[in-house]
Amino acid sequence: MDVSKLVMIFISMVFVNNFILSKFLGLCSFIGVSKETGPAVSMGLAVTFVTTMSSIITWFIYRFVLIPFNITYMRTIFFILVIATFVQLVEMFIRKTSPHLYKFFGIYLPLITVNCAVLGVAVLNSQTFFLDRTVVKGSFVLSLTQGFFAGIGYCLAMLLMSGIRERLELVEVPQSFKDVPLAFIIASLMSLSFMGFSGFKF
Amino acid sequence: MIGEIIVSVVTLSGLGLIFGIGLAIASKKLCVSADPKIEAIYTRLPGANCGACGMAGCMGFALGLIQGSCTVDKCPVTEINKKLEIAEILGQQLKTKTKTVAVLHCGGGRRAKDKFKYEGIKDCIAANLIAGGQKACIWGCLGFGSCVRACPFGAITMGPDELPIIDENKCTGCGKCVQICPKKLFTLVPVEKKFYVRCSSLDFGKLVLDVCPVGCIGCYKCQKACPVSAITVINNLAVFDYAKCQNLGECIQVCPTKCIVGRN
Repeated sequence: MDVSKLVMIFISMVFVNNFILSKFLGLCSFIGVSKETGPAVSMGLAVTFVTTMSSIITWFIYRFVLIPFNITYMRTIFFILVIATFVQLVEMFIRKTSPHLYKFFGIYLPLITVNCAVLGVAVLNSQTFFLDRTVVKGSFVLSLTQGFFAGIGYCLAMLLMSGIRERLELVEVPQSFKDVPLAFIIASLMSLSFMGFSGFKF
Repeated sequence: MIGEIIVSVVTLSGLGLIFGIGLAIASKKLCVSADPKIEAIYTRLPGANCGACGMAGCMGFALGLIQGSCTVDKCPVTEINKKLEIAEILGQQLKTKTKTVAVLHCGGGRRAKDKFKYEGIKDCIAANLIAGGQKACIWGCLGFGSCVRACPFGAITMGPDELPIIDENKCTGCGKCVQICPKKLFTLVPVEKKFYVRCSSLDFGKLVLDVCPVGCIGCYKCQKACPVSAITVINNLAVFDYAKCQNLGECIQVCPTKCIVGRN
């Protein structure tokens, strides 16, 4: 496996197929937590962590449970189960071991438990790296990379959005556009600009 | 076909079981003990989340008590023995505050004349938006019961004469009705004071009597009769000074329109 493949995954996940702005996954947390830069970045890092880890775990589940038992069509429910368990476990662990870290992103973990972006990464991994139920060469590293950069892409979108929304707080906008409606309009404009990476597809 | 179903069910439930047990063990091993005081205090609070203490609900109040940002006597609702228990948990001395109850400063209701027929939403705040409501007396109770709905303790009911009746056993003095009433007709009165003025009109005597037979006409009789000068007429309205009032009841004898009444 060469490095160019990893670089391609990086560009694809962060820019071209950005999970929020191109695939429209994880919009709830994107709108909900992006009011200030601090929490937004914390949330982004927490998502990055969870997507990376869940890529690893779901790879094992897919490779050693779903494929041998021939039940790959059940992947959604399995992935939800695995990811939710994992996130709960991590939350408990952080709470016990590091109160500071818990304060930093522990409170966002329950939000991520059933986040569609995280599930999306797992499903995308199983789609691209297990062609016709056969394992693509080096798929473990590839799915790990894909999970990590999907999180980074999420982080980037959160950072951009929170920066814009922080400045918007100071601007007078019509009452009916305040807060969420305006956030959606901005999200769509940002999404348009991100489509520039892949070109418009009709 | 059946085999497929069995395999998928068994795999999923087996995996679920393993994870469930794992999480259960982990939650035992990794549990963080929260301050048991918070739970102990919270169970002694009323749990109505009325916000009269100024905190975000009873849990916020309990946290505030632990952190020392507020004191037990801020809660007007908790019974006194519960407060003593909380003070004991915190190791503090309880500052006692006299219990207050809400009283309605209007006796008009059905007796007060209407200036038009109101057919809108049956809500005082909505009615008040239209020329100050349907009552000819702009100070008086509109009788749509916004206070009844606002009371978290069910202490206010609508009486037969279209005036709210306050059940003093249920009233905790939380002040929700004081806030919600668009005519500002409620005040909180110390529970041991027996008398209050059942009118809020600042109009002159004749104008008051034109629209309502039981309004305060500002005749100064009560002010003169009170031996401890606890009543003064300000802007054509008798006003009690409860710091001075000693429940003597002279005022009630002399009031010509019977707008000073005793609480039962």
